[in-house]
Amino acid sequence: MSYTFLEQFWIARYVIMNGLGMTVSISLLAILAGSILGVFVGLALVYGGAVLRLTVRAYTDVIRGTPVLVLVLASYYVSSAAGVDLGPFSAGVLALAIFCSSHVGEIVRGALQAIPKGQTEAAKAIGLTFTQTFTSVLWPQAMRQCLPSWVNTAAEMVKASTLLSVIGVAELLLRTQEIISRNFMSLQFYFLAGALYFIVNYGIEHFGKYVERKTALPS
Amino acid sequence: MGYTLNFAAVWRNFDFLLSGLALSLGLAVVSILIGAVIGLFAAFALTSKNRYAIASAQLYVTVIRNLPILVLVLFAYFAMPQMGVRLDKMESFVLVLSLYSGAYLAEVFRAGLLSIPKGLTEAGLAIGLTGMQIRSSIIAPLMLRNVLPSLSSTTISLFKDTSLAAAIAVPELTFAARKINVESFRVVETWMVTSGLYVATCFLIAASMRFVEGRLALPR
Repeated sequence: MSYTFLEQFWIARYVIMNGLGMTVSISLLAILAGSILGVFVGLALVYGGAVLRLTVRAYTDVIRGTPVLVLVLASYYVSSAAGVDLGPFSAGVLALAIFCSSHVGEIVRGALQAIPKGQTEAAKAIGLTFTQTFTSVLWPQAMRQCLPSWVNTAAEMVKASTLLSVIGVAELLLRTQEIISRNFMSLQFYFLAGALYFIVNYGIEHFGKYVERKTALPS
Repeated sequence: MGYTLNFAAVWRNFDFLLSGLALSLGLAVVSILIGAVIGLFAAFALTSKNRYAIASAQLYVTVIRNLPILVLVLFAYFAMPQMGVRLDKMESFVLVLSLYSGAYLAEVFRAGLLSIPKGLTEAGLAIGLTGMQIRSSIIAPLMLRNVLPSLSSTTISLFKDTSLAAAIAVPELTFAARKINVESFRVVETWMVTSGLYVATCFLIAASMRFVEGRLALPR
């Protein structure tokens, strides 16, 4: 008895939906944690003292020079060897968040450094403190600068979430592989997974463009 | 925590790691060369006037850039045989990485092409060169110099993407590291050395690209 692709798809519908949900939660968590950490990394790179700046620079350079798959594997194996049993999900999300933080850090650094010095001087001249200058002059401008590359990073994180399948997190790709191992329809189900990833990323890209238009300064 | 670092097992297998690194570099070099050719054609298509050429190049770039590379790697190795295309793991990985880098390089080259003043094409036409001659001997050489910085970062991320070949058991650096990790249980040491090797190689790639950039820079 052999089933058609549509019948196989119907049988596997919940499994696929579960996998997609897992992919989305992994990506959301990693982007959220990575962005928060990344903002601090960026701030340290721009305003930190020499020691802090050097430490953070070493951190970003090492993370950016290491493949994400190596980060994922290292996080998974090292955490368990260190006696902290994170489990594949947390270890994977941790690796992605660290990866995300180094990218967001560089984006924030670039955006802050692109703001003309005159802005800070003007703020000083009208008597703003550094915190006030930062929150109401520098940060709003830097945010607009960051947006396009930040959206790119978000799409990048969705793609990187597939790597968690290697350490056994049941996200979309691992679910797809499981389904294929039951029905051997590798062509159809890899196509389906690819289509789903494409839709998610394409959606993120367009949502980013929409937000960019909405927040653009009138020119 | 009573964990003492002991690199003995890693050094014992260091040759294995190095041969993995060599394979990673080889995969990256071959793929980036093929990808550069694909990317160059796609970029010329994107900046052409032919509607169909633009649309098909755009389709290629958008689809590839929005797909996770691991899905592409698994697809090429496990699903393409169902379509009658049977490649071994190395061939299918190079195919995927070339197509993947081609899509990213298309965007890089497109930006480079747009930065070339129109007057150069007109000058070429004026001295009687054909469109192909103008592209190959005026525009492409100038454009390549302009895009070297972005080319360098694409090369580095491509090199890092070779780690995905481990998923289909190509014995490159990450695969070698995983094997040592599983056999020796020297977990921390293995991943420290492995990521050190990746970081150092990325550094070398960046430095040599900067050197080339300096050598090829046009006098101003």
